[in-house]
Amino acid sequence: MHIATSPAFKDNAHAALANAGLQKALARSGPSFIARRAAAVAGLPEFETLRDTARDIKNHALANLDFYLEAYEAKVLESGGKVHWCADAAEARQAVLAICRAAGAKTVTKGKSMIGEEIAINDHLEQHGITPVETDLGEYIIQLRHELPSHIIAPAFHLNLEDWEDTFRKAHTDLPADRQFTERRDVLIEARTKLRSKFLAADVGITGANFLIAETGSSVIVTNEGNGDLTQTLPRVHIVLASIEKCVPTLEDATSLLRVLARSATGQDFSVYTTFSTGVRRSGDLDGPEEYHVVLIDNGRSAMLGTDFQEMLRCIRCAACMNHCPVYGAVGGHAYGWVYPGPMGSVLTPGLIGVDKAGHLPNASTFCGKCESVCPVKIPLPKLMRHWREREFERHLSPGGQRTNLAIWAFFARRPGLYRLATRAAAFGMGLLGRKKGRFAKMPMAGGWTGGRDLPVPEGDTFFQRYAKAQRAGIGA
Amino acid sequence: MSKESILTAIRRGLKRGPLPGDQAAMLRGRLAQHPRQLIPARSRLAHAEQVALFVRNVEKEFGSVARVAELASVPGAVADYLGAQNLPSRAVMAPHPELRAIPWAERPLLEIREGRAEGSDAVSIQHGFAGIAETGTLMLPSSPERPVTLNLLADTEIVVLRASAITGAYEEGWDRVRTEIGAMPRNVMFITGPSRSADIEQTLELGAHGPRRLHVVLVDDMQ
Repeated sequence: MHIATSPAFKDNAHAALANAGLQKALARSGPSFIARRAAAVAGLPEFETLRDTARDIKNHALANLDFYLEAYEAKVLESGGKVHWCADAAEARQAVLAICRAAGAKTVTKGKSMIGEEIAINDHLEQHGITPVETDLGEYIIQLRHELPSHIIAPAFHLNLEDWEDTFRKAHTDLPADRQFTERRDVLIEARTKLRSKFLAADVGITGANFLIAETGSSVIVTNEGNGDLTQTLPRVHIVLASIEKCVPTLEDATSLLRVLARSATGQDFSVYTTFSTGVRRSGDLDGPEEYHVVLIDNGRSAMLGTDFQEMLRCIRCAACMNHCPVYGAVGGHAYGWVYPGPMGSVLTPGLIGVDKAGHLPNASTFCGKCESVCPVKIPLPKLMRHWREREFERHLSPGGQRTNLAIWAFFARRPGLYRLATRAAAFGMGLLGRKKGRFAKMPMAGGWTGGRDLPVPEGDTFFQRYAKAQRAGIGA
Repeated sequence: MSKESILTAIRRGLKRGPLPGDQAAMLRGRLAQHPRQLIPARSRLAHAEQVALFVRNVEKEFGSVARVAELASVPGAVADYLGAQNLPSRAVMAPHPELRAIPWAERPLLEIREGRAEGSDAVSIQHGFAGIAETGTLMLPSSPERPVTLNLLADTEIVVLRASAITGAYEEGWDRVRTEIGAMPRNVMFITGPSRSADIEQTLELGAHGPRRLHVVLVDDMQ
């Protein structure tokens, strides 16, 4: 299992801010994602209406999830496939290993799958003598570097061209040492050549799924490279890893969701390859897998149904929330310490590994609301993060100092007269103390805040006083 | 097997037991009718304009299109394209009746093998089932006559598509699959342009693991 470093979010964030390579990558890539999405959305006048449609489809699917999963399984069986229901990560790992062993697999190619990261399937296969090969370019280098993805659709978001060169030189020692990496293209060509033989040699191909379709028993993957399709077409056995909330009713429903997915993710109108796979090779077919297994994973999802966090299960993993998040943009994905970064990770991670471990994540938000405003399925991410903050407080998980300060504030907040008196006194007192400089460089008990900025000195009046004055003058009327 | 425990956990979360018969029947009806949602206005056009939109979108996504007047002109268009790209005149072709009916023998220098693609094939010729004007997307359902490997393994994929097979939206493609093919094919690929990756510094590079070139030979069969 991946050991979550989410409890150390504060230290991780400090390290990320001081990491020059990461900061270079964030400065380069952040703005381009935002601009591309904006252009794609501007090109589709119906986009906002389609967000409502997408939300409604997912809500309908979740409200009837038991029905649709059973309908889905019946169709998978009809088309010659098999569904392996797995309650948690351990069961899913066992199921995948058993299928690989039955197939006598030595090497397994893999398409990018976040649930695969979540259940840490690669480590498990390796421990049992099976070599997994990530084939998505970003995942490939992450695997070579023994890292976690730093972004859910761009796993190598944190790397620069020099990192690619360095990693490839260390990994591909059979190639001439004096070869040049002058442009990105050189990296791409080397990866293509290296991976082509892996695609052809693999015994089993493992992909994720963007959607499962109850109407037909299909799994859907979306890629630009074509690696997912090579992975699910060439080996004799295809394994699909999918969590239960991926199931939608019909081809039409999936199609509507696809219209908002690529635009929200990469800013493309449609990804290069959007592929619907249904069961095994048919009679007369010249290619395609002879076995088709769906490892259907709960791992904490069903426990979110009926709670404040049910809406999170609508997520279609487009990454728009993290692309638009000022916190992600400052510290990158690894600081979040587990599989899912950014706002969606700040809501999902506490649900999957516990708020005791991941409580910092929902606190790492400015609540600017940008994530919710770009979410294609309209998940109220700030509200859900607030729910986690409440849970953290209720369970006495937040630090003592913070709790004491909140308790003091709450005492005054419940007594408006006293509150006004106290703020007036504080504004007056601070005004006296700092009138000369106009700002405080240091404040007792607020060193963390003033460490990065100065606090302006109050100019005498409180907000209430000014508001009352304005009312009397007839300004705010 | 955790099936029952997962279903029970889902129902517990939804605060109900298994769906009552009438509600399950309603959902089965929705599956059977598969209602469409909003279809963007951009593809609600006369057919000739849908064809023009399809061509524009293929080119926007770094594909190329050659329009020919009849099937008999396809071999010439293929040979011209391969020559212009400096590619070998050798291709693996889908064993589809429409492609087989093309007079390839009139271009004896074109060396054509029928079947699925192997790792060594440089050029593939695929049969286009439908073109989706909305985004310039090719819809390619698998069948013995339309192997999937032709879409993946060759460096250059050439798709022969009849203009009459171009529709506005994906939904119209699904309707054609349901009426003309029936059961869901094992694999349905939607392809929009040649393979690419933006994983290196989030900058687009063409030619990742799939074809580096995608060329559509569009046969104007509507006259």
